[in-house]
Amino acid sequence: MAIDPIEARGDLRLTRITKSYGDFKAVDDLTLTIPKGSFFALLGPSGCGKTTTLRMVAGLEEPTVGSIHLGDTDITTTRPYQRPINTVFQNYALFPHLTIFENIAFGLRRRGVKDVKEQVEKVLNLVELPHLAGRKPTQLSGGQQQRIALARAIVNRPALLLLDEPLGALDLKLRRQMQIELKWIQREVGLTFVHVTHDQEEAMTMADTIAVMNEGKIEQMGSPADLYDDPETAFVANFLGQSNLIKGKIEGNDGDNLVIDIFGQKISMPKARSHAVDNSLYAGIRPEKFRITRAGSDVRGNVLNGGRIEDVSYIGVSTQYVVAMPWGQELMVFEQNDDGVPPFNKGEEVIISWEPSFTFGLRGDEDIEAGTEVNPEQLDE
Amino acid sequence: MSSKIKDATIPTIPFKARLSRWFGRNLLRIYMIFGFTYLFIPVAYTFAFSFNDSGKSNLIWKGFTLNNWKNPCGAPQICNALGNSIKIGLLATTFATILGTMIAFAIARYHFKGRSSSNLLIFLPMATPEIVLGASLLSLFLVFKINPGFWPTVIAHVMFCISFVVVTVKARIASLDPRLEQAAMDLYANELETFRRVTLPLVAPGIAGAALLAFSLSFDDFIITNFNSGTLITFPKFVYVAAARGIPAQANVIGSSMFFLALTIVIAGQLVNRKKTR
Amino acid sequence: MSITLPKVRVPYLLLFPGFAFLFTFFILPIANLAQTSTQTPIAGGDTGQYEQTFAFSNYINAFLDNRDQFARSFVYATLATIFALAIAYPLAYAIAFKSGKFKNILLVLVVAPFFTSFLLRTIAWKQILGEEGFLVPTLRNLHLMGQQTTITSTAVAVVAGMTYNFLPFMTLPLYASLERIDPRTIEASGDLYANGITTFRRVTVPLSMPGVVAGTLLTFIPAAGDYVNASILGSPNTKMIGNVIESRYFKIVDYPTAAALSFTLMAAILILVTLYIRKAGTEELV
Repeated sequence: MAIDPIEARGDLRLTRITKSYGDFKAVDDLTLTIPKGSFFALLGPSGCGKTTTLRMVAGLEEPTVGSIHLGDTDITTTRPYQRPINTVFQNYALFPHLTIFENIAFGLRRRGVKDVKEQVEKVLNLVELPHLAGRKPTQLSGGQQQRIALARAIVNRPALLLLDEPLGALDLKLRRQMQIELKWIQREVGLTFVHVTHDQEEAMTMADTIAVMNEGKIEQMGSPADLYDDPETAFVANFLGQSNLIKGKIEGNDGDNLVIDIFGQKISMPKARSHAVDNSLYAGIRPEKFRITRAGSDVRGNVLNGGRIEDVSYIGVSTQYVVAMPWGQELMVFEQNDDGVPPFNKGEEVIISWEPSFTFGLRGDEDIEAGTEVNPEQLDE
Repeated sequence: MSSKIKDATIPTIPFKARLSRWFGRNLLRIYMIFGFTYLFIPVAYTFAFSFNDSGKSNLIWKGFTLNNWKNPCGAPQICNALGNSIKIGLLATTFATILGTMIAFAIARYHFKGRSSSNLLIFLPMATPEIVLGASLLSLFLVFKINPGFWPTVIAHVMFCISFVVVTVKARIASLDPRLEQAAMDLYANELETFRRVTLPLVAPGIAGAALLAFSLSFDDFIITNFNSGTLITFPKFVYVAAARGIPAQANVIGSSMFFLALTIVIAGQLVNRKKTR
Repeated sequence: MSITLPKVRVPYLLLFPGFAFLFTFFILPIANLAQTSTQTPIAGGDTGQYEQTFAFSNYINAFLDNRDQFARSFVYATLATIFALAIAYPLAYAIAFKSGKFKNILLVLVVAPFFTSFLLRTIAWKQILGEEGFLVPTLRNLHLMGQQTTITSTAVAVVAGMTYNFLPFMTLPLYASLERIDPRTIEASGDLYANGITTFRRVTVPLSMPGVVAGTLLTFIPAAGDYVNASILGSPNTKMIGNVIESRYFKIVDYPTAAALSFTLMAAILILVTLYIRKAGTEELV
């Protein structure tokens, strides 16, 4: 190819990428386009293939099958140092034997850039750490190291900036702060960010577009709102936030809505929000969309009778209830504590109701446990 | 809530328990003092007798003098022996470090057929008694009609030092975070530049340590040297031969100097390390 | 653009010089030793002239003639190893657990005495423990030792010398192994009702086994082949197999016997080491 890969710009296109280790497919026939200038998140549990995908984009691994394009340039087999792509590593990977200044200047020097000093100072100001230029990485705190790792990558103005769970080692407050800062920096500098994380809150906070990955494949891709309000698979429904998935049977239509039988009770939901392929489905409702009222009260929308409070947890912002339904399932309900009404007590008989348009429908053959596994990593948060 | 609590009391431990706890805490410390004393007895003795006004035979204390220190080469042959030991040491260290470092990188960084056999081959010289190493080399030299002397000794020293260099450098390479090299390549450094600017500087302390180890093994070696040096005298050989009639005090001077020199180097190395991470 | 070597060849290129060297100057000599061991002197020839006769009887003769020295070597080496372990373990333990910020200094101090020449140290002991030294006349005056008994020129001195000289080879691996133990496992043991001694027996010692194995091997193997300690601190009665091999090279020229003895020594060590490692159960030594 006559085109120098390092000059390539444009959208990142992954076409039918597969990465196999023997029989094991870490990434399985993945096709993805990341638009230039967006903040894109690859979200999924550990082992889902997101880091492997990132490394293939960086050039640190080669795909077994498939191609990677940056704009019109095929960069599939180019070496990492030939690609205009930089990575912020999970443990920062700052060079311990170089000063902060030299760490940041590293990429500039390799590329033969002339005004190294100015560029380094500019980016140090951007991350608000101009006074640390002469120190060594071991002398910095975790948060500072993270920002220097970011500066080291950004200073090269890459076509694509890859972030491999960069906030994982920070404590909660610092992490929240960095999430906002990263988003601001991305807007400021205008680069394309690809962020890999297992923290769904982080992905939703920061990204314009999220791709949820599971076992080497993309389950669903879209804006945070799309994924949250209208999940297409049980994995996405459970991995992003929490969901109540109730088995039901489609009995008929009512205009634009479906009528669904749930263990003898009837509910309705918009046809467009159902992904069922036959007449069995799982009706999905987010816990915060449920309303609890005393048994016997008058309610609108979809109604499920016969609930009994099994557990009450006061969280401050909300009260979380576990409600046992007559068919043996326990549903989760989050009620915001915004009306001064005292919470329900354990054992009370209640009615659950919700606005029908909040319902989403999943295929009847879905594994409703998918995405609910407690990941040891997530326990740390 | 009414408080019936009296003044806060200081917990008292019965005397017997206090005694046994004191022993438990300090027994090891006392042992350490004895242990280190034991370790340093010959060193102190050597140092003390370097000041002995002894003439040729340094067996009985005759009087304090600084002459030996002023004139360390006074005894015949001693500085010749020292010079040989240093020359051999430097040569052997250089070759062993280069060859050993290359092997260490190959084994630590690459997965190739024969990797475990390579590990075994490196381990074997360390597991072979020195006398077998020395004798077998001598036999080989004799077959090829090469006389024992300077170069056969250098070769022998390189041979037994390589394994120690490999082990030391390998350990250092293994502790290197592979993501640092990936970061370098991500930042536009090709393989050679990555090695030069990231890998080598970070492995350098391990290589330096291996070189120091090789030098001290070579300098102090007697058995293998004895077999392969013929009429060439090294410092350990000098001491051994002189032992029968009594070692000249100058040998004590040199021995003590080596001690202080090595101690200084190691402590300096520690201080430099500590400064680097501050 | 840089040249990138084909990934396959690089390790072999790196290995080649070092391995070629080791092959020529380690493997080949050992092989040569093997073929020397089965030679016999040429009848009517000069000393030092031999012919290959595949005389495996050399091994049997060599072993039988020198079985005392063989036995002595292994006994001394075992004793020295045990004593070194006994002395070094508490020392390594103290440095690893009880020395706080002095850890590095103490480590240096453990190794420091061994910066003086090995021979100077051994000869220092000879003079300290000998007739002209301070210790023996004092003990004799206090009637704790007979007028005729000596410390030098005895097996005691030889073993003592070996123990002393190989101490750092025992201490450092022990230290490395003990240092790796997470102090919280010790605390957990106390939390689970084990007193100090039980914790030591059931937690510390098992966790330090890799260091014990490494240290004992690094001590025993050179000790079995040593002859310098025996030569300086001992007498003709304490001759070890190393002394015999040395004399067969330099005093009584008898290369085949020397070679056979060397191989027997190597084989014996290898067998013992293999059995020992199997029993101790560790794999990674290098």
